[in-house]
Amino acid sequence: MSGDLPSATRRRILKAVAALTVGAGAVQIIRPTGATPAAMQAAIRTVVGENQINRGKVTLDIPPLVENGNTVACSVAVDSPMTAADYVRAIHIFNEKNPQPNVIGVHLGPRAGRAKVSTRIRLADTQRVIAIAELSDGSFWSDSVDVVITLGACLEDS
Amino acid sequence: MARVLVSVPAKAGRGEIIAIKALISHHMETGFRHSTTGELIPRDIITSFVCRYNGEEIFRAELFPATAANPFISFYTRATESGTIMFEWAGDNGFSATEQAAISVE
Repeated sequence: MSGDLPSATRRRILKAVAALTVGAGAVQIIRPTGATPAAMQAAIRTVVGENQINRGKVTLDIPPLVENGNTVACSVAVDSPMTAADYVRAIHIFNEKNPQPNVIGVHLGPRAGRAKVSTRIRLADTQRVIAIAELSDGSFWSDSVDVVITLGACLEDS
Repeated sequence: MARVLVSVPAKAGRGEIIAIKALISHHMETGFRHSTTGELIPRDIITSFVCRYNGEEIFRAELFPATAANPFISFYTRATESGTIMFEWAGDNGFSATEQAAISVE
């Protein structure tokens, strides 16, 4: 940066940056998947369609710092009574930076009793992971976690 | 035949929520890796997993290359009656594996 930038301009730039950050935060609340790459967005749309994705109800449990991306323990729980009238139909997990956006999709029914699924996944890079649950009333709920990966899942030589 | 390990409680009370775990040995080759000679290693993964309780489907999963090798899945169901819980995996290159476990409900 040049040191002779007039301070009024610098202040204005800083203000603009602050405003942008706040704006991005607001957008984030309304559309939790707003800032993610196009491939993941498209994959999410094929599952969700044009429906609104709400934030909440879903808890994605995944360690925020992972040493080895080849095996990352991951579980998703959804706050649902799991009765015939109100249950979780499906849970999908998506990622931003693996070669493919899909991670796993599971289908449950009212007789599951508890809407919780655990598995182990691969993550190629430091990225955001998103879990989306489809409820029996047709609504979609999501949770996302930013995961830092020290050693990514191997994509190169075997 | 791939090695399979499932965990189902042998006994459960009627209506009790039970945890089911299923593990299968499979390398889940992603199809994105190259061999030392530079050729793409073709994809070879398990693509679907189904669990049935006395014939009724209680859980189904679609797997992608992002599922770790030796896929492990755990989930819950309600023990309704004594019987058999069937597990079925299917994947690329005609891969197929099944396993079953008995449960007695009092």
